[in-house]
Amino acid sequence: MDDITRFLPELIVLVTAGLVVLVDLFVPDKRVLPWLTLLGLAVSAGWTVGLIVAGGQGRAFGDMLRVDAFSLFFLFLFQAVAAVVVLSAIDFVGQMPDRQGEFYALVLTVATGAMLLSGANDLIMIFISLELTSISQYALAGFMRDSRSSEAGLKYLLLGAVSTATLLYGMALLFGLTGTTALPGIATALHSASDNLRPAYLLAATLLAAGFGFKMAIFPFQMWVPDVYEGAPTPVSAYLSVASKAAAFAIVLRIFFEALGDSRISSEWANLFAVLAAISMTLGNVVAIQQRNIKRLFGYSSVAQAGNFLVGIAAVSASSGRFTIGASGVLFFVAAYAFTNLGAFLAIIAISDAIGSENIADYAGLGRRAPWLAAILAFCLVSLTGLPPTAGFFAKVYIFNAAIQAKFVWLVVIAVLNTLVSAVYYLGVLRVMYLGESKAEGRVRAGLPISFGMAVSALGVLVFGVAPGPLLTAAQKAADVFAVH
Amino acid sequence: MDTFPEALAWAIFLLPVGCSLLITLALATGLLRRGQLRLAGYLTILVIFVAFLLSLWALKAVDHNSGHALSYTSHQWLQFPGFSFTLGLRVDGLTAVMLVVVTSVSLLVQVYSQGYMEGDPGYGRYYAYMSLFTASMLGLVLSDSILFLFVNWELVGLCSFLLIGFWFHKPSAAAAAKKAFITTRVGDVGFMIAILIIWTHTGTFDIAQIHHAAVAGGIGSTTLTLFALGVFAGAAGKSAQVPLHIWLPDAMEGPTPVSALIHAATMVAAGVYLVARFFPVFAASSGALHTVAWIGAITAIIAATMGVVNPDIKKVLAYSTISQLGYMMLGLGSGAYVAAIFHLMNHAFFKALLFLGSGSVNKATNTFDMRQMGGLRRVMPITFWTFVIASLSLAGVPPFSGFYSKDDILHAAWNDNKILFALGFIVVFLTAFYMARVIFLTFFGEFRGGAPHHDHWTEGWTAIPVAASEGQNVHDSSAVAAVLRAEEAHELEGDAHGEHEVHPHESPTVMLIPLVVLAVPAVISWLVNYHTHWFGDLLKNALPVGTPERTDEVVNWGLAIASIAMALAGIFVGYVIYQARRGLDVTMGRLLRPLYVLFMNKWYGDVIGEEIIARGLVYRGVAFASETFDTYVIDGVANGLGMVTNRGGAVLRRAASGEFQAYGFIFSAGVAIIAVVLVVIARTS
Repeated sequence: MDDITRFLPELIVLVTAGLVVLVDLFVPDKRVLPWLTLLGLAVSAGWTVGLIVAGGQGRAFGDMLRVDAFSLFFLFLFQAVAAVVVLSAIDFVGQMPDRQGEFYALVLTVATGAMLLSGANDLIMIFISLELTSISQYALAGFMRDSRSSEAGLKYLLLGAVSTATLLYGMALLFGLTGTTALPGIATALHSASDNLRPAYLLAATLLAAGFGFKMAIFPFQMWVPDVYEGAPTPVSAYLSVASKAAAFAIVLRIFFEALGDSRISSEWANLFAVLAAISMTLGNVVAIQQRNIKRLFGYSSVAQAGNFLVGIAAVSASSGRFTIGASGVLFFVAAYAFTNLGAFLAIIAISDAIGSENIADYAGLGRRAPWLAAILAFCLVSLTGLPPTAGFFAKVYIFNAAIQAKFVWLVVIAVLNTLVSAVYYLGVLRVMYLGESKAEGRVRAGLPISFGMAVSALGVLVFGVAPGPLLTAAQKAADVFAVH
Repeated sequence: MDTFPEALAWAIFLLPVGCSLLITLALATGLLRRGQLRLAGYLTILVIFVAFLLSLWALKAVDHNSGHALSYTSHQWLQFPGFSFTLGLRVDGLTAVMLVVVTSVSLLVQVYSQGYMEGDPGYGRYYAYMSLFTASMLGLVLSDSILFLFVNWELVGLCSFLLIGFWFHKPSAAAAAKKAFITTRVGDVGFMIAILIIWTHTGTFDIAQIHHAAVAGGIGSTTLTLFALGVFAGAAGKSAQVPLHIWLPDAMEGPTPVSALIHAATMVAAGVYLVARFFPVFAASSGALHTVAWIGAITAIIAATMGVVNPDIKKVLAYSTISQLGYMMLGLGSGAYVAAIFHLMNHAFFKALLFLGSGSVNKATNTFDMRQMGGLRRVMPITFWTFVIASLSLAGVPPFSGFYSKDDILHAAWNDNKILFALGFIVVFLTAFYMARVIFLTFFGEFRGGAPHHDHWTEGWTAIPVAASEGQNVHDSSAVAAVLRAEEAHELEGDAHGEHEVHPHESPTVMLIPLVVLAVPAVISWLVNYHTHWFGDLLKNALPVGTPERTDEVVNWGLAIASIAMALAGIFVGYVIYQARRGLDVTMGRLLRPLYVLFMNKWYGDVIGEEIIARGLVYRGVAFASETFDTYVIDGVANGLGMVTNRGGAVLRRAASGEFQAYGFIFSAGVAIIAVVLVVIARTS
């Protein structure tokens, strides 16, 4: 199987992006654009299935890119996420007929970058993929021509530049230390490096963690999150909260486990991530309680959830047998969170469109005015809190289990306490929707495409909550990629 | 019939789950229209009736097995590395007794609700919640692992929240729901930590394995005590033990059948069940056992004193419930495991009856305020007589069932610790007194008018500013005086309310049948544990062999006679104050004003709990912390760096001003600090 065949899932998405722009130029009926986008994603997903069936796993382009269980897991995730975002944006983008092509093309390039990132196996490849996805995201964040959206885009761009610079320092340092940009090569060099160099490796690890920490939205690199989520168009916020975070965690898993997983420095960075996890979730949850705007609330919630993911990364035990439990926990959590957060955001898009407000107080009485929308949002909030029978519950149980196995009991205690704090604001929204006195009357309805997207997300949350077996198996297989150490 | 297939045990749990889903679905899709809502009630009743029959069968099978757990195997649901999640049921003597209690009370309450909730627009939703509640309560007692138990534990909490706030358009109902949810969550933190502790030390969630580890001494004593205290924290939240008792009186905002089922008979008893379920663990830790006994005794007496002064019949019953739950905890803490469950069972029947009776009275008078009732015995004979039977049972007068179980508990306390016994003994008097007060105020004397307007589809609450009964606090004695004056006024103007349109009437038959049926066990349910070891053996065999447990075989006649005398004294004093010498209550209130104020203010528990701890410490603390962070760190850095302000486009201003630079600064500082810390650690290690 040749390189191009293995690269085709990404290539198809990228070509579709180009096609969307072309069609936008020449076809007057813009309604075909979202469906063309969805078709491209579907073909890409179909090809990915074909790759699995044909046993196409392996290396491409001189080991720059890998197709393995890990990258395949994320390919499906990003294709699904992009598709749901497209569904959610049809009504929103429809209001700007002259710019539809750009929007869908950008959604696709973000997906391309993220997909490449999950398979990238070389610092250069990682950097290029990250920039491809990031720059498209900056453009999306500032997509609307009002001041809030522009501010969000600009802020995201400027801070993103800082994080990119930090990341580049880290990569340069790593290259200087090892003389290679290939992740396996770095691992070999680290293994045989002299002890004097340990601080230097740790400095490189720190700089990389900071660079990706910006995308993961963890403390102390999280400041942009609420501002950007609030200012960006809501479908874009949904996309950022899921795709950007998932891609960052994918690459952090790959770099830290593949290249920097040597036991000589792994316990240090594991402790670092554990501390950052504890602070991220506590800070995110405590500040989220105070929020009045639902998008800002989700911004802080996203910081807190990133803290939960980090628990899994921290759960790297010295004994190699348990090495992958934390990683598979992160994967399961990322997928569960993706469906949950998309479901919630889609409901928010539909509700905010209809009632013209993003204030939580205005959600009062939605339990009656929009029973289905409210039910889906409520269900997703329950999942975010981590209560059964939802995917969020299993994600938390699994990842806390991993941390206990790695002897991070203190971290689990903090995480459990944080779960309780988070219940205050997640279930607070529920309370407003179901027990609040509604100021306005009339049914609130959502369009067909977005309803379909919501149904898919909510179904995912339910299925992964009741029968998480298949997803769990997939996550474990994907994490086993790192088990060779 | 001597075996009970596992599939049927699952059916007990799953049938009401299915019923709840079916009703919800039918409501959501519009299949069940306004006129057909009754179907939801019929379906629920049918399903719970089947569950009741199955529970009886289960009891029969467990009896054949002499109380030992039926041999079911747990089903593997998920296998994580080093952690497996199983789903399984445990049916032993304790479970079987609880199953019968829960399904029988639930069945009667569902029947009663048909009359009580008639015409309520939320009729269908009500039955969906009620069957979900019954399902999760049954799941709670059926669980064979502490984790599955916890899932159901949270589900009953959720249903309680939904049902307290059932009339959510009443702000007080919404607030009460929130208070209940948050207060019980506090206890659940302890429970969750307990689960974490036991799992990290034994690697199992299985109840039988935890039992055996505790009895065999396989767990360190500190761990055991911590686990037991954590479990008890959860139990104290659910069972409204001091200091987590504050939510239960407010929970009376829910519909009265809900109060009867959830907040009297079953869910609040789940805490007692939980301690009983893990009794081998408690028995192995004297510290934990003492804590349970003391908290129980203190709760029993404090709650009883609050019941003595409250003018609201339903709240008196709520305080009485807290007090009786305290009794059960006292029993468990004294080692009297059988007596505690015996009391739980008896209490479930007579207290459900009392609540349903108060609902019947409310239907007739539109109020729960006893100062507006009076003389109802003539117009509501069935409600009256059943209420009296239940009250005598609660007060501890033989031959009613409450006497026997309460006496067993007192006996155990006497053998355990004389001070605990003394507290429990005083409660006997208080209990008899406040029930006499309720009966004389409600059913004797002249009718004092009721409440004129029936609030639309909600239970009528009096407009009289009875501060204490509305969840506020009486802060100064002038308010107390006002309350007393109001009482006085009502006493004097008893007849002047003739112009009101309220004509009390007996409730419809569908509500009376449950009252009559419940009156039967309120009289005779003690027979199961009298002169036979049947009930005790059934329960004791649910424990692993070797659990130290106290069952006093010999009747202590001295104690029994003393407690009967105490109960009769309570009733007599109640009779004198509220019937024979009317007006004496006001005088007494004046004389004992400091006590009156203390009791009316619920021992300032709400003030401490809500104002100081919840609002003051937690909420203000959190707000302060995050505001400080925002003000000083973010803004401070922003102001420090934000000297250069771009006066260009409005867009650029905020982004390019201090805020952005502050973010950038924090980012860089974060990197620098982390790098320094890590490198230093790496150098030294």
